[in-house]
Amino acid sequence: MKYDAIVIGAGMSGLAAALRLSQHDQRVVVLEKHELWGGLNSFYTLGGRPFDVGLHALTNYAPPGKKGAPLTRLLRWLRIKHEELRLGEHALSEILFPGARLEFTNDFARLESEVERLFPSERAGFAALAEWVRAFEVREDAPPAPSARALLAEHLREPLLCEMILLPVLMYGSAREDDVDVQTFAILFRALFLDGLSRPEGGIRSLLNLLVKRLKQNGAELRTRAGVKRVLVRAGRAHGVELESGEVLEAPVVFSSAGWVETMALAGEHVPRAEVGRLSFVESIWVLDCAPAELGHRAATGFYSTVPHARYRRPDGLVDAHSGVISSPNNFRAEKPLKEGILRISVLANHARWKALDGAQYAEAKQRASEEAAAAVRTYLPEWRGHAVFQDIYTPATIERFTSHAGGAVYGSPKKHLDGGTGIAGLYLIGSDQGYLGIVGAMISGVAMANRHVLMKLAGRAEAPVS
Amino acid sequence: MTEEDVTLAVKDIIQTVAPDEDVASLDPSKRLREQIDLDSMDFLDIVMELRKLYGVQVPEEDYKELATLAGCVRYLHPKLAGKTLHCATSV
Repeated sequence: MKYDAIVIGAGMSGLAAALRLSQHDQRVVVLEKHELWGGLNSFYTLGGRPFDVGLHALTNYAPPGKKGAPLTRLLRWLRIKHEELRLGEHALSEILFPGARLEFTNDFARLESEVERLFPSERAGFAALAEWVRAFEVREDAPPAPSARALLAEHLREPLLCEMILLPVLMYGSAREDDVDVQTFAILFRALFLDGLSRPEGGIRSLLNLLVKRLKQNGAELRTRAGVKRVLVRAGRAHGVELESGEVLEAPVVFSSAGWVETMALAGEHVPRAEVGRLSFVESIWVLDCAPAELGHRAATGFYSTVPHARYRRPDGLVDAHSGVISSPNNFRAEKPLKEGILRISVLANHARWKALDGAQYAEAKQRASEEAAAAVRTYLPEWRGHAVFQDIYTPATIERFTSHAGGAVYGSPKKHLDGGTGIAGLYLIGSDQGYLGIVGAMISGVAMANRHVLMKLAGRAEAPVS
Repeated sequence: MTEEDVTLAVKDIIQTVAPDEDVASLDPSKRLREQIDLDSMDFLDIVMELRKLYGVQVPEEDYKELATLAGCVRYLHPKLAGKTLHCATSV
């Protein structure tokens, strides 16, 4: 079969890239290895209940029509109306450290006043940091400064405040241990704090359904259980893919959300294993017989650490519950409240350790990991376990299955490729290894690369504007 | 197409490209970019839709003619003569 473009991976970036291309009558096929679409942000049903995999919150919230906001640009490019997303904002979220709690909402002034309340001497420094982020522009020609910790230390004097601001950023998108480059920091600080958090009503399914419905209306194909065995390259140029089934699909352009290391391996190029991301999570999900707010827990998202220096690195053991994320989808505004209460706790995990377990050990380890997570957040949450009616737990092995990212690396490789280039003509990266993060970011990545590497050329323009 | 049809055709394309915007109340003589925050990629989408729907090619040096709704109509009217109006939206 011949196409104008092949997209590897039906995650947010792949679906968005394909939708964008199909709007311009490009013949597109999206190839997904897994039986479901969504990638890191997917869904499943267990015990008759719908669950989301990745989605805690849709960051980069913007109200309808807000000029210049990433969400506004994305919706424009995908020709989706804001109201179709049915986004509900969080009432509040929190950052929890021993003896210190910061609250934030989608009104940035709230976080500023919280910082001032807890760290009176840091008011000006924090405002200057926010100003720096607002003025920051992504540049492809200059490698980003390596350390957000150094950037924070330039603006703030209180080490605890630095930790409290850094933790959410790391948890929601750093592919590096214990730090992040300043560009990713700026993108995520904006996404989390300046823009804010929301949740599509109905969870990730409603957003995915919308994307897939539009794709099909535009005549694009979505094929699941269609793993790619190789990217076909001739004379330094990609010209198609071979599926695991042996079927060959041809196209002059291939977009891959498989990840940097994984994509290069598909194209027969060797990339050092050191560039595989090391960070993965175990998430424990409790279904409750009441809404968390009825127990006194009103935060939609809680970034917690039980130690003053937050831990964001691959643990030696199966999990490390010292730092993590608490998510309560009930605490986003919604027209129709969720039927049951949900509480999710994500903690860092070691992929290799999980992969080494056999069936019985695996089940037992999941239970133990969730006990550890529950014990760690005890001081930060009201008693909820007596209200649990159902539980599920997913691990780095699950994440690997949904994302096909080596090592179950949630945020991909620490090495980013902002222009999408792979060194092979016609083969471009999209998704987390291209460099944008979060659900909105991943979709922008797909659209921006489609614009740049296909649509600008169609329109006969040599120079593509970056996102 | 009459001038009114051309106006409708252009508004329809803008509504397709920018579904959240209130296209009906655009001021024909004011710059589009100022009224609905179009960036260069959106502009390209408009040009590509014109090609897709009506087979009209707009060379890059003529983009400046499309700065306002009135400018679009003036520039496109002769090019759309003899074509049939297709509307995808309800503008």
